[in-house]
Amino acid sequence: MAIVAQESRLSRVLWPILAWTIAIIFFFPIFWLVFTSFKTDADAVKPEHLIFFTPTLENYINMTENYDYWRFAINSVITSVFATLFALIVGVPCAYAMAFNPTRATKDILMWMLSTKMLPAAAVLYPMTFLTKNFLGIYDTHFLVIVVLCLINLPIVIWMLFTYFKEIPKEIIEAGKMDGVSTWGEIKDILIPLAWGGVASTALLCFIFCWNEAYWTVRLTTTEAATLSKLIEGNRAPEGLFFGRLSAVSAAAVGPIVVLGWFCQKQLVQGLTFGAVK
Amino acid sequence: MASVTIEQVIKRYGDTQVMHGVDLDIQDGEFVVFVGPSGCGKSTLLRMIAGLEDISDGTIEIGGTVVNEVAPAKRGVAMVFQTYALYPHMTVYNNMAFGLKQAKMDKAEIDKRVRAAGEILHITDYLERTPKALSGGQRQRVAIGRAIVREPEVFLFDEPLSNLDAALRVQTRLEIARLHKRLGTTMIYVTHDQVEAMTLADKIVVLRDGRVEQVGAPVDLYERPKNTFVAQFIGSPKMNFFAPSALAATAPADLRGGSEDALLVGIRPEHLRVCEPSEAIVTARLDLIENLGEHVLAHMVATDGTEFIAKMETLPEGADTSAMQFTAAPERVHRFDKASGLRQ
Repeated sequence: MAIVAQESRLSRVLWPILAWTIAIIFFFPIFWLVFTSFKTDADAVKPEHLIFFTPTLENYINMTENYDYWRFAINSVITSVFATLFALIVGVPCAYAMAFNPTRATKDILMWMLSTKMLPAAAVLYPMTFLTKNFLGIYDTHFLVIVVLCLINLPIVIWMLFTYFKEIPKEIIEAGKMDGVSTWGEIKDILIPLAWGGVASTALLCFIFCWNEAYWTVRLTTTEAATLSKLIEGNRAPEGLFFGRLSAVSAAAVGPIVVLGWFCQKQLVQGLTFGAVK
Repeated sequence: MASVTIEQVIKRYGDTQVMHGVDLDIQDGEFVVFVGPSGCGKSTLLRMIAGLEDISDGTIEIGGTVVNEVAPAKRGVAMVFQTYALYPHMTVYNNMAFGLKQAKMDKAEIDKRVRAAGEILHITDYLERTPKALSGGQRQRVAIGRAIVREPEVFLFDEPLSNLDAALRVQTRLEIARLHKRLGTTMIYVTHDQVEAMTLADKIVVLRDGRVEQVGAPVDLYERPKNTFVAQFIGSPKMNFFAPSALAATAPADLRGGSEDALLVGIRPEHLRVCEPSEAIVTARLDLIENLGEHVLAHMVATDGTEFIAKMETLPEGADTSAMQFTAAPERVHRFDKASGLRQ
């Protein structure tokens, strides 16, 4: 008994320390990013100003006045919102069909969808650039970014929705059929209200992935449809990094998503662990 | 109200055939119960009538119209599911009104029907609650209510009582019987519980492995089972079977003298009674006794080792339990062909 009591007292102290340590390790880069964003580019690389320095908003002012931050931000919002929307418009009926009318091929189709994520993006970089630039003429357009973001996230969207929809008893959908609901009605009036939490967390996660996507948004845009990822990338200079400026841009890019994530924490965690305990 | 005619209905899942040409006539207003062990196809047949399963071959007619290609909601049937299948995000009222709204029915008419169904099922007080605030029994009433408001020509029940506790099951069973009396609508009811089948049905359909074994009034199935499967399935405890060699020397000559390979004698536990050695059909020793209060179940072992059950009010006082004699009225003794299991 004494040993058990001692152990639990020890673990009461140790676990929080461990948890805090891990949390700080994960949070530190974000903190340092924001911290550095208030330094001038010169201060940012001077060891004597590592901790103590005169804070300045210069980088943020510079960013909005000279680098057109808002244009990039608006592009990010437009592309992420529409890509998420289209992914759901395609994903919901698709996951519905596979969850409630599975065929022998359903499992294979799901695996195939996931397998598309295994293709290295770099492998199709050249054809993508060539096709969109020289052939289709849609290079550096919102349309292209939306389509690409939608497609690369579609497998994960369908997988997540499929898992949520599977949790809904088939009989409820059948009761709907007996009540004369159309297929669209089943989705709109029964499925989505019942799987609302799952649909919301899928949308949220898809939005975050779209917002953070850098590989394609950097390579398939120049100015017109460039997103915040492109803005960050643009502040990387060959002669050395402007750490202060870069930090401010990065902080302003991740800021909205951190705030969004913070407010939707509950849905996110609930969504990601949905069905795990039952 | 409508009759239902099932002709040569076959169901296949890929290469596996699960229903093998079922024929069945259900009269207008009849209460028909499908019974059978798990996997016999009773639910599949019901779901084919409902339109939730495709019909691979054959036809199903409801009210004289072939409905093979008709959508579930257009067949004039309403179904009550085993798991209730209520819409959890809607109030009781909306659960019942949902189907009517889909049919674009007038609001006042919807209200009238929902309230009338609420009255019948005593759920008027819960109309504004959601299903999760209801008990299992109340949920099942809502599920029945959802079927009633549609005023269907045929009600379909898929094991509606199996999620309820024993007391509630008896009560709800009575309510379903009352409902049938009141509405007079054709009802098709699936269960594996033979008490439900016996008490509710005008006609019982016994299914096994996707085939109809026997169709008939409950009492017919009980008194004249067509084969050993039906004989064992209807009645509790199950019918006892004896080979001619298991019978006592005093048993009637046509039973005792029957061919060992051809004859199987069946007697229900409740039809066996203790008798004098001179009239014994079977002699056995008592193995175990189960006292259920109103009656006892005596587990017996016949002289050749055949085990059987005798149901009686009490064990006769002073009976020699090492060798008890049993007999049964001649009309209660069933004869079956041993190989085919068919009634002789």
